[in-house]
Amino acid sequence: MKKILVCLKQVPHKDARLDVRSDGSWIQDDNIKFEINDYDTYALEEALRLKDQGEAEVVVATVGPERAAQALRTALGMGADRAIHIWDDALAETDGLGIAKALAAAAKDENFDIIFTGLMSDDANCAVTGPMLAELLGIPHITAVVKTEFKNGDVEVERELEGGALEVASLPQPCLLAVQTGINEVRYASLKGIMQAKKKPLDKKDLGELGLDAAAVAPKLTVEKIFVPPKGAGAEIIEGPADEVASKLVGKIKELGLF
Amino acid sequence: MPFEALDFYRIEDELSSEERIIRDTVRDFVEKEFLPCVVDHIRQDGSFPMELVPKMAQLGLFGASLEGYGCAGMNAVAYGLVMQELERGDSGLRSFASVQGGLVMFPIHAYGSEEQKQRWLPAMARGEVIGCFGLTEPDFGSNPEGMRTKAVRRGEGWVLNGTKRWITNGSIADVALIWAQTDDGIQGFLVEAGAPGFEARDMKGKFSLRASITSELYLHDTPVPDGQRLPAVTGLKGPLSCLNQARYGIAWGAVGAALACFDEALRYSRERVVFERPLGSFQLPQQKLAWMATEITKAQLLALRLGRLKDEGKLHHAMVSMAKMNNVDVALQIARLARDMLGANGIVDDYCAMRHMMNLETVRTYEGTHDIHTLILGRELTGFNALF
Ligand SMILES: Cc1cc2nc3c(=O)[nH]c(=O)nc-3n(C[C@H](O)[C@H](O)[C@H](O)COP(=O)(O)OP(=O)(O)OC[C@H]3O[C@@H](n4cnc5c(N)ncnc54)[C@H](O)[C@@H]3O)c2cc1C
Repeated sequence: MKKILVCLKQVPHKDARLDVRSDGSWIQDDNIKFEINDYDTYALEEALRLKDQGEAEVVVATVGPERAAQALRTALGMGADRAIHIWDDALAETDGLGIAKALAAAAKDENFDIIFTGLMSDDANCAVTGPMLAELLGIPHITAVVKTEFKNGDVEVERELEGGALEVASLPQPCLLAVQTGINEVRYASLKGIMQAKKKPLDKKDLGELGLDAAAVAPKLTVEKIFVPPKGAGAEIIEGPADEVASKLVGKIKELGLF
Repeated sequence: MPFEALDFYRIEDELSSEERIIRDTVRDFVEKEFLPCVVDHIRQDGSFPMELVPKMAQLGLFGASLEGYGCAGMNAVAYGLVMQELERGDSGLRSFASVQGGLVMFPIHAYGSEEQKQRWLPAMARGEVIGCFGLTEPDFGSNPEGMRTKAVRRGEGWVLNGTKRWITNGSIADVALIWAQTDDGIQGFLVEAGAPGFEARDMKGKFSLRASITSELYLHDTPVPDGQRLPAVTGLKGPLSCLNQARYGIAWGAVGAALACFDEALRYSRERVVFERPLGSFQLPQQKLAWMATEITKAQLLALRLGRLKDEGKLHHAMVSMAKMNNVDVALQIARLARDMLGANGIVDDYCAMRHMMNLETVRTYEGTHDIHTLILGRELTGFNALF
């Protein structure tokens, strides 16, 4: 039986209102809605399709605070078999490498055949966790996957390149695939599945249980501040009735020799 | 434009993790699959996006509160949240699920033989069989006990005669649960589409619930085997217990429609500029929004408490009457106010307020009219029956 790990992250809901915290450390996320990172839902669907095709166990894992359990339960409701929820206060300030270390510690004795991650997260956009996790586990990885085919122990993938070109590549298993959005049609969790998910195992692990400590996940990268670029800097705003705005804009474009 | 559901009293905190996931899943479905096509259907008179039925079934929306037979078996609050999200889309969508689950699958589950359950429930949960509920007649709506549809014994089976009107999904149903007078009292019969003498005709010209099919059913000497009679219930309590299920769902559904209208009006009040200021910066629109938000919050609390009581087995039918009556009433007023705040834009189908407003006129009437629920409550409080 194939063993598949899907790493997923809970991120602010795409409809949530995002305001920067007054200290500029991160967004104000106290009372907003969260959801599974969009990229990761495609990763999960890809794993569940393998499960539908035959024998496979799908494990989902996340590093995140208490609230992130909901993302795991949703994944269990969609069909994953069990979940690993990693959290420790020391992880609150960590960076991509720290997250990858925690996931690697949880994955190392499980001998997964395939690990799926999303290409990047909708909120932080770092796109490093997957590759770092693969490196820490000493397995090959490939990113921006748009198609997978599993044959004779190898994985053949198509990945997306700049300008719409595709690249075909082959990897041995075990390996890690970081998938692009749109690669499949993600299923809805069924209401029955959500009810049954209550009975599926959800293991909570802190750093100690993973054989790590705060020092091991201390961030190498510190965020100084995040901010919304001030409006209007370097921009000229043309105001007035639509027809006047349009003709002024055309004038500007001609003046600058842009057309 | 992203929808934001008002949650002023943090009702979110009162929900279990499963309840939240269920709500979010259905909300996602409604947003991605239903809302993009609803306007096409309301522009036609009486049509439902049938292509969504397999997906609704896969989600488990049919008979979601029933145990076994391929149903999700979820608690009353989770079921209520499903109804809320469906009606946030459109009352027609919620009606489809209410009729299938609450009005047809529920009575088969509660009063059917084992054979009937095996035959119908899994197929209905999978959306392969669509059901309808035939109680109302042209001359008997609020007083169904006077119904004229009659079933008489003939040989081993029965023969049915009569007319049912205002039957949701009547013409697309594979099976109709027809309530009819017998010598022993009112009983329920599962009449299959195509049975001799049985015909369904769609009713046209509706201003309300246009994304839903409403039909008239004619039974002329229609033979029905005894094995298709629901054996375990006789009398009006059969159909009334079904309605109690569906009314419970409506108490939540109305909140969904109100949330949609409120969200639209609030957004509009921030963006629309009148007399060089946002609409929302004037006192009268603020008063309307404050009233809407307060009534929505009260309706949410009523629905939630009702659900918890139902799960604890402490539900009284008059409690359901209060919630159906109040929540639909305030939802309708909220829809009208939202329509008003949108000005001329409020009358076109790019915006949802008037669609909900028109839908809610039906919701106010069916499953026991507003007045009937008022009188049920009055009877419960005073001990005097003013209904008849
Ligand atoms: C779109 C739509 C879908 C429907 N779907 C179904 C369905 O699937 N299956 C089904 O069986 N039925 C269905 N119905 C029918 C619905 O349940 C009835 O319309 C409802 O019960 C009211 O009956 P009526 O229309 O005959 O109104 P009436 O009973 O004639 O009522 C007319 C008015 O009189 C008032 N009234 C009645 N009795 C009293 C009283 N004792 N005291 C004071 N006031 C009173 C009512 O409140 C109302 O204001 C549907 C209706 C609509 C509009």
